[in-house]
Amino acid sequence: MKINLQDLVLNTETLKAGQKILLSGVIYTARDAAHKRMITMLDSEEKTPIDLINAAIYYCGPTPAKPGAVIGSCGPTTSSRMDAFTPRILKEGVKILVGKGARSNDVVNSIKKNSALYFVATGGVAALISKTVKRADLIAFEDLGPEAIYRLEVKDMPLIVAIDSFGNNVFARG
Amino acid sequence: MRKIKSEIIIDAVADVCSKANFELPEDILRCLGQRCAALETGIAKDILREIIENADIAKKEQIPLCQDTGTANFFIKLGKDIIIEDGNIYDAINKGVSSSYVGNYLRKSIVSDPLERKNTQDNTPANVYVDIVSGNEIEIIFLPKGGGSENASALKMLIPSAGWNGIKEFVLNTVNDKGRSACPPLVVGVGIGGDFSSVGLLAKKALLRKVGSNNQSIFYDNKEQELLDDINKLNIGPMGLGGKITALAVFIETKSVHIASLPVAVSIQCHSCRRKTVVI
Repeated sequence: MKINLQDLVLNTETLKAGQKILLSGVIYTARDAAHKRMITMLDSEEKTPIDLINAAIYYCGPTPAKPGAVIGSCGPTTSSRMDAFTPRILKEGVKILVGKGARSNDVVNSIKKNSALYFVATGGVAALISKTVKRADLIAFEDLGPEAIYRLEVKDMPLIVAIDSFGNNVFARG
Repeated sequence: MRKIKSEIIIDAVADVCSKANFELPEDILRCLGQRCAALETGIAKDILREIIENADIAKKEQIPLCQDTGTANFFIKLGKDIIIEDGNIYDAINKGVSSSYVGNYLRKSIVSDPLERKNTQDNTPANVYVDIVSGNEIEIIFLPKGGGSENASALKMLIPSAGWNGIKEFVLNTVNDKGRSACPPLVVGVGIGGDFSSVGLLAKKALLRKVGSNNQSIFYDNKEQELLDDINKLNIGPMGLGGKITALAVFIETKSVHIASLPVAVSIQCHSCRRKTVVI
């Protein structure tokens, strides 16, 4: 199923945990260090480098682009490392999270409360995923190297709904 | 005595760094292909197909299989009858890593201090483990290891009465607790014996074995199969989304140990089980 991100952020309840989708739209990379910096900025009431309202965040630190390439290899990193930051990020308006692996109960509850969505991409298929990135621009925190924030335009990025806006969770052990 | 220039080592190291990151080893690909073919339709099969397709793209385009091009681990067998004329093995390896990670657009994932966390910009320093052996050759095995799977690894100081059942319980708990976010299907390295400082290295060295190879001890070969069967019953599956294919292999390495101790370490390796050997 093809999904346009602009439409999705206004209708997150349309997707259900376990569904496979192809996502198109604008997502921002942010992982450990970028999260920490953004939370520090929010705490001191500074403006974050990206508008968090209805934003989509991708936990990813790409390899450098080869000359002529849009981006280097760019698969998801382990989401649970961002668990401590995620409830705050969602409270600030982020609607879409993309990474790999399970999330904490706090994050699941926060996703439900904020009608957000958590998708997983297949980890370790970073060359394949790089083909879905049509444009990449450095936005902030260049000094963090692979942990800088990039704005990515993706087309048909293959994802699975892992936690839906009702809190249904494909990783729930039962 | 054989004399060589450090440049030869630097170039060989630079070459294995890029090749290992662009090309998935044949034994891993073969095993993934077999497991994929045995599956009916479903998410698990789709994921294995993606992994195989990814390996194909990475090799053809000479781009990294995974964005996490890893901590650079080197296992060296240094012949005692060889002399590096203009340097030493550690410097040569770090120069090769630096040149390859910068020149081949690999990701630099190392920070110089664990709390200050400033990137060193060239993925050095490498972890270099040297064994002195007879002969006049240098064997270099490169194992780039991603942070996600490394974080899922664990070590425990068991006591002798815990025995095999205690070891098994610890291995299964480790995989069950952390395996979902370590990019399964996994390769699981298990170190048993030695002491606190050596058992982790044993577990990591276990990852160097080829999938499909047998343990030289029939006793431990059976234990490997037992662990593999039990891990695959955990229903973790590819990328933790359920299924019977949680691990491709379990490898055990053992070492003599103190009468009071039974250390065990579990080194978790993701499906992107990259390794490359060169002999100089």
